[in-house]
Amino acid sequence: MTTVRISDDALALACGADGVAAAFEQAGWTVERVSSWGMHWLEPLVEINGIGWGPLAPARVGEVIEGKADNLCIGPIAAYPWIASQQRLTFARAGQTRPLSLEDYQAGGGWQGLTRARAMASSEVVATVHASGLRGRGGAGFPAGIKWQTVLNAPGAEKYVVCNADEGDSGTFADRMVMEGDPFQLLEGMAIVGHAVGAGQGYIYVRSEYPHAIAKLNAAIALAEQHLAPFRIEVRVGAGAYVCGEETSLLNSIEGKRGEVRAKPPLPALEGLFGCPTVVNNVLTLAAIPHILSDGGAELYARLGVDRSKGTMPIQLAGNIKHGGLYETAFGITLQELVYDIGGGTASGRPVKAVQVGGPLGAYIPPEQFHLPFDYEAYAGADALIGHGGIVVFDDTADMGKMARFAMEFCAAESCGKCTPCRIGSTRGVELIDRIRSGGKVTADAVEALPQMHNARKAGRSREEDLALLEDLCETMQFGSLCALGGFTPYPVRSALKHWPEDFGL
Amino acid sequence: MNTNDLERILAAHAGRKGALLPILHDVQHAYGYVSAEAEAAIAKALNLSRAEVHGVVSFYHDFSAEPDPRPCIELCRAEACQARGVEAIVGAAEEAAGNRVQLKTVYCLGLCSVGPAARSGDTLHARLSEAALVELVQSA
Repeated sequence: MTTVRISDDALALACGADGVAAAFEQAGWTVERVSSWGMHWLEPLVEINGIGWGPLAPARVGEVIEGKADNLCIGPIAAYPWIASQQRLTFARAGQTRPLSLEDYQAGGGWQGLTRARAMASSEVVATVHASGLRGRGGAGFPAGIKWQTVLNAPGAEKYVVCNADEGDSGTFADRMVMEGDPFQLLEGMAIVGHAVGAGQGYIYVRSEYPHAIAKLNAAIALAEQHLAPFRIEVRVGAGAYVCGEETSLLNSIEGKRGEVRAKPPLPALEGLFGCPTVVNNVLTLAAIPHILSDGGAELYARLGVDRSKGTMPIQLAGNIKHGGLYETAFGITLQELVYDIGGGTASGRPVKAVQVGGPLGAYIPPEQFHLPFDYEAYAGADALIGHGGIVVFDDTADMGKMARFAMEFCAAESCGKCTPCRIGSTRGVELIDRIRSGGKVTADAVEALPQMHNARKAGRSREEDLALLEDLCETMQFGSLCALGGFTPYPVRSALKHWPEDFGL
Repeated sequence: MNTNDLERILAAHAGRKGALLPILHDVQHAYGYVSAEAEAAIAKALNLSRAEVHGVVSFYHDFSAEPDPRPCIELCRAEACQARGVEAIVGAAEEAAGNRVQLKTVYCLGLCSVGPAARSGDTLHARLSEAALVELVQSA
């Protein structure tokens, strides 16, 4: 018994996993680097014969070797309530396999979905995915089967599969964990899509902020070449533009252009990458495919979840939360359960003030609405969005007026500049929120005062007028923007204003 | 600027579809910036105008048209790190950085449950206290 398993996930490394691994090696132990279980507050977590210790510092490795350090021991990891209460399909192997071991992947059920899919006709594979009820996990929740069917039916000798791995939303890391922890699963999913729609080439567009994921994917593609053939996959690295997570600007970026959003139609499914029919799916959507194509997988998937939100969602608990990490479960779970029962409340120990679900473009939700079930339609009905499933918790020290301003500021910094509501509206939004927060303005602003602004009023506005203007601006952005960046920025702004007017000085 | 390197980079990507971003990444990595001469050479190789290449260089945060030889620390200041208190420690980091270190803001390193987080090169740092961040900046 001298083997210890330690994650080599970027988050574990950031928390000092390499130092812990080195200490075990020095003591003569064999260290196996595996994927992360997703219990981030316990990283670096070490596993010896199924028993876990964490968070472990190198200085206490000696105690663990002697079987001590009881206050860090969590017992058998697989039975630990935080893990045992999950329903892991996409993350079924998390924590248990070496990310780049083909042997581990195969032993954990790998390649079964691809083998089964390749024995089926294309249309049968598409029908299976359709029957599973799988919806795009990138945020829009568009049914994957319908998108694939469109590409399958589209005429064209050349078709592409593009994986959107530009996971820029704050509070999300599930894509990163798939790419670093179980890269073969993503590749298998892409190869299945390739077979289903008749595409021979796939691209994975990864953000440059994820160097570890890029390295793992490149290594995995080289290792799995024979399993994937004739399908080919290439990694393309982003260059720090948040907007490239939008599918059409992502396609422009792969083509070597500025990451500007394209007007739709034409849909990427008909005219996508290099003008060819293209499936663009998120990492989590593609990573769910091998399971769905395995024997009985689609039926199980369709049985899970609620209403039209089928299957499981890898939910990411982040921000000021005591037990943060990756929690995969069927749709329908409430925020109350996620934030308090599973997340343990705030890390700071203070009361929860708000959670932001769905990244920088998601609404801020107050504790009074924590009964909301995790479901695309229920969130849409409450003027909120699930997005990529990230949940960021804020305690009562958060200034929601400042967060609303940040939403506009972020939109201004990351706007691609193609459409006016987003490019100009976001900057005007920052100014407006500043004026409202400063107690109402008395004079016209710099632009309004310009001599060429003949129609602008020269007198100042009252705070009520500023608020009406902000509402008007939000509406213009929501309905007039080309993509979700400008279109959804009003969600955090409006929700903050609605639930915490006192933070705007109202 | 060593033009041999540039020629080598261009040759390595010859015939590749949508090669501009991979080329720019390599040039940025090799020289620390994308110079006007490099833009012109890339434009010629890809049969683009220099304006088109420059438009791409200026669009993306990762590419710079001017060299900056200072060491660089990237600090995440997105919502999740804000919720974990990054704004309270930025001031001390800026002071420690002064003019010697570039302290860049990034929006999300994917370490949202263990922030505040920072990146120096390909090394990641999490659970940063003010003291730890200042030390990271000073040792950059």
